[in-house]
Formats: sequence, C-alpha cells, structure tokens
Amino acid sequence: MRTPVSVKLVAGLGPRGWLAVSAVFVAAWVLVPLAHLMLPEGHPLHISTYAITLIGKILCYAVVAVAMDLIWGFGGILSLGHGLFFALGGYSFGMYLMRQIGRDGSYGADIPDFMVFLDWKELPWYWSGTDSFLWCLLLAVAVPGVIAWIFGYFAFRSRIKGVYFSIITQAMTYAAMLFFFRNETGFGGNNGFTDFKRILGYSITAPETRVVLFGLSVTLLLGTLILGKALIASKFGRVLTAIRDAENRVMFIGYNPLHYKLFIWTVSAMLCGLAGALYVPQVGIINPSEMSVANSIEIAIWVAVGGRGTLVGPIFGAGIVNLSKTWFTTSFPEYWLFFLGLLFILVTLYLPEGVAGLWARIKARRAEKAALAAARTEAAAVPAAPRTPAAPESKLPNGTAAKGA
Amino acid sequence: MRVESSISRNAPADGQKEGWDGAANTGHVLTPGALDLSHKVMLYLDDITVSFDGFRALNKLSLQIDAGELRCIIGPNGAGKTTMMDVITGKTRPDSGKAFFGQTIDLTRLTEPQIAHAGIGRKFQKPTIFEHHTVFENLELALKTDKRVKKSLFARLFGDDLDKIADTLRLIRLDDQADRPAGLLSHGQKQWLEIGMLLVQDPRLLLLDEPVAGMTDDETERTAELFVSLKGKHSLVVVEHDMAFVEALGGKVTVLCEGSVLAEGDLATVQADPRVIEVYLGR
Repeated sequence: MRTPVSVKLVAGLGPRGWLAVSAVFVAAWVLVPLAHLMLPEGHPLHISTYAITLIGKILCYAVVAVAMDLIWGFGGILSLGHGLFFALGGYSFGMYLMRQIGRDGSYGADIPDFMVFLDWKELPWYWSGTDSFLWCLLLAVAVPGVIAWIFGYFAFRSRIKGVYFSIITQAMTYAAMLFFFRNETGFGGNNGFTDFKRILGYSITAPETRVVLFGLSVTLLLGTLILGKALIASKFGRVLTAIRDAENRVMFIGYNPLHYKLFIWTVSAMLCGLAGALYVPQVGIINPSEMSVANSIEIAIWVAVGGRGTLVGPIFGAGIVNLSKTWFTTSFPEYWLFFLGLLFILVTLYLPEGVAGLWARIKARRAEKAALAAARTEAAAVPAAPRTPAAPESKLPNGTAAKGA
Repeated sequence: MRVESSISRNAPADGQKEGWDGAANTGHVLTPGALDLSHKVMLYLDDITVSFDGFRALNKLSLQIDAGELRCIIGPNGAGKTTMMDVITGKTRPDSGKAFFGQTIDLTRLTEPQIAHAGIGRKFQKPTIFEHHTVFENLELALKTDKRVKKSLFARLFGDDLDKIADTLRLIRLDDQADRPAGLLSHGQKQWLEIGMLLVQDPRLLLLDEPVAGMTDDETERTAELFVSLKGKHSLVVVEHDMAFVEALGGKVTVLCEGSVLAEGDLATVQADPRVIEVYLGR
C-alpha cells in the first residue's frame, strides 16, 4: 500500500503529459512556421499573419490565466489586480522596444517621441540601461515580482483575506493606472508605448519575427504549465491547498501561511510579467488601459470559465473568452460586456468547475453508461439470474459519478 | 488525589528518559527555544485575563499542568475553555497575565506556528482536517519536520517518516483508509484523524477540545484508552462535556466557570462540591 502513495508524491507530469507537451512544442516551432512561411496564401493550410498574432496574444493571456489559477484555484486567493503585473511586464519590455526605435521616430530624436513632446532633453534615470534586451527582460520579471512581494507581505501579514483582499488588489491596479496615465510619469501617458520598429535589430513586423515570438509564447505557456504542475505535485502544493481549505489547521500544525502565500503570489506575478513582455511586441502597443479594473476581472473570468484548480482548464478559458471577444467586438461591439457578464453567470450557475469540469462530467457519464450497458448484457447473458440484483449494481457507479462531478 | 499519586509513581521512569527530572537542584544550562521542564511544570498560566468588548472571557485564570499529566477541564458553556486554548496556542493575546510553556517559553510572545513548533498540538472543537487531501496526506502534512517553504518545495518522504505515518494510521485505526479523501470519513474517524495529526507532530502538550463529540460509545472508549496510554509521555489537556469519558480518563479535573477556576481535584470530589453543583444545576 505504501509504494503507490510515495510514487504519486514525486510524479508531476505523467508520461502522457510529457508526450502532449513535446507534441505541442514541435508543432509550435516546426509546423506553424512552415504553414506560415512556406505555404502560399491561398493554400488551405496556410496560417495568416492575423491568426498568428491573435493566437500569440491569446497564448500570453493563457499564461496569465494559469498563473492566476495557481493563486486562486490552488491558493484560494482571488486577485482582481493581476492585470497590473501583466502590464508592468509589458511596460518594462516596452521600454526596450521604445529604445530600439532609435532615431526613426517622427521627431528623429534620441529619446522617445512622447518625451520630445513633453520637452524633455534626456531620458529620466529609470530609463537607464533600457537599451539592453536582457536588462529589460529582467525588469519584466523583477518589477512585478518585487511589487507583488511588497504588497503581498503587508496584505498577508495583516491576514487580509477573501473579498477584502480582492478589493485591495483592485485599488492597487486602479492606483497604478492613474499613475501611468500621467504624462510626467515618463511612460507615455494615456498613449503608452507604440510604433515599435525593431526587436534585437530585426524588424518587428517581419513574418520570421512573428513566428519566433509565437514559438516563444507557446514555450512560455508550456514552461508555466510544467512549473505549475511541479509546484502543485510537491509538498508545497499540498500545503497550499491545505491553506485554502483550512488555514487555521495549517497554522496549528506549524506552517506559517504567510510565506507560502507570498511565494506563490510572487511567482504568479512574475509569470504574468513575462507574459506581458511577450505580449507587447506581438500586439504592438501597451497603454494604461491594460491596468484597468475590468481587464483584471476578465482574467478571473477566464479562470472561472476554464475551471479553477485544474491548471489546464484556464488555458481553454482564456481561449474561449478571447475568441468570442474577438468575434463580438467586430460583429456587435456594444454587446460584448453583456455577453461576458452572461457567460460568467452561466458558468457560475451551471459549470462551477468550468470547461474542465464539464469534460470530467462527460467522461464520468460515459463510464456510467458503459457500466450500465455491461450490467445489462450481463443480466441478459444469465437469464436464470433475477433482474433485481443487476439494478443496484448499476446504481453504484451512478452515485459515485455524481459525487465526482 | 488518587490519580496524582499514580502520576508521581510513573514520573521518574519517564522523567529520566525525557531528561527533566532532578535537574533543578544541581543547576542546568538553559538552551534558547528548548523546553525546560526542570520544575516538572509543562504549562503555567497565571492571572490571565481576556476581554472581548467588555465581556471577560477569562478572568484572572491561573492553571498549572505538570509534565506527563492528563487533565480534564469541564465547565458550562461560556466558561472560557476555548478562549483558554486560544491563549495557549497564540490565537488570542491575553490582556494581562503570564503564560509559560515549561520554565522559559513565553507563549504570549510567539505566533501560532512557533507555538506548534515549540511542542503544543491542538485539536479543535469542530474536527478540522484537510477534506480534499487523502488521510495519508493529512498525516504527511502534519508530520514533525522543517516546515519552511524552501524545504516543502523539495520535500521527500523517507523510511522513518513512512513508518511513523503507518504506525499512526494503525493507532488511529485508519490504515485501510489511507488513500481516501479525508472528507469522506465519518465524524468519529475525522476526530481520530485530527488526533493522529497531533500525534505525528510529536507534541509535548496536547490540547484536545471535545475530542469525543459525535463518537459512538465504542469509539469513545477506545479514545479514552488511547489518551490514558499517551499520559506520562505527553501532557494532555482535555476539554469535555461527556462525564463518562472524563471518568474513564481518571485524571485530575478542573472546573472553569465565568473565566476562572471554580474547583480542582478528582472527579468525585469536584462533583460533590456544592459550588460546582450550583453552577451546573442552578441554571
């Protein structure tokens, strides 16, 4: 009895999981580039620039959704300010992209156009070093990480929980948005950063660059999944879910929940920062509206739709919501928010475990039907046997399936 | 009094093994953070007062639990039993008074996890276990070990740990339930699991708030046997309403009323005390 338990404790991703990860990885780096670059535009298997950019963007959102699931689904901490960490990562990397414009801006100056507009003569101190790709990449991880750590330390130490925590995170992202709206802040005010030209010297709109960014987005998503899976399968993950379910008990057996929450909260914010850094070059713009409260709430909806605490579910949640958003905002732009609200209500009422839960339910029902059919054929094969014992037997999987779903 | 003498007869044998006996007269070195039982006192509460919005939950409560002692605490609702446990485990800070674990550890200065590490385990009134984790995982999480984040990220279970969990599973009679989610256990089994979670922490002092609530008579009897067998090696403080259970435990009994100690002694003495009778029957 001991062995299977200890085996389960060390395994993260199963062999099937690794196979799926490798397949997606190969597809992203080989098949998609081939379909985009080699096939002519009329070809049925050609992937358009529009599709690559759209999917690349959604992949970045999916990373945010998985990061959100780590703290909400497993840690029980609902953040309604995760858009801030995403935007901070985007801004950090955006600084590098702004510097890459060089003298190709409208004013032909050494500093970004918006600074010329403000009559600034040189870069402010916090822009120093931003011509380095690596420094900005580091900033994209470190800035959200440090801000999340400081915010989390004080919030968790004061034992702020539940809806109070959610409201404070909203206030945090809202305050940051107002701060970034100011022109004097030095991040382009309400226009943010845009008109990017190059990344590492390559044209940012070149198909090859797009393909690489797409591949990196897929890689980041897979990496996030593997990291998340490993965290959840470790003892750390079990303590985390224990904190979610019975924080008092965790404290009285000697764990300090503060450090556990702080760790997962910071990791989650750093992942969002990376996602933001990959998002900006693909979308070509970052502005303070990314920090709006509605954006952060949308992140929570992706996770709810996909399935909390399932890790893979939120990827589908991000995909479903954003694809329908793309369709709605072009066809009936004025109804999008109503639809989003309706979707959230329906999911909460009928799919409390999201799309991933629906999948599990379908599987359970199929198994149940198979068991029923097996019981029937068995009853038919043994005509001497009375019909009654077959009935309770077929009832059994029914009951367990209902519990599992 | 009968019980006290039986403890003092047991004490030297256990004491030599535990190293708290006889050191008081010869002088000894204090180690920071280590439990000092040189005066054979496990828990010392002195003049503890706790008020919530003017209501005195504890009113100058003084109580002393000896090393290896099994103490039962009874008292009507609102007597302050749970608040007392909150003070001992760091959940509530007293307005005034002293709370010491051994001679040196000041409980009023430590956080809940620090107190748990120092060696105090607590079972809540309502069984509190991790319902989504299996029975095995519940014990794994409670196991005495380094409980910092860094260690948890790469934690593995080794032979000793597995043996300890397996022994505890047998002791709490859940060895055939190890892989089931704890939420599916019966109420009595949940109580036992929580007791098991305390035991794998290897605490010196166990605080048990109504441990047999919702148990069958048979389960209650087995719980009493378990507690009596733990006595001597651990100190136990049991809050309970079930008088048959208190009698089966056979320890000294403290009656709390309105936040302070009303009477103390063996069960028969306490039950004969007119003040105790008045508190229980007078309302």
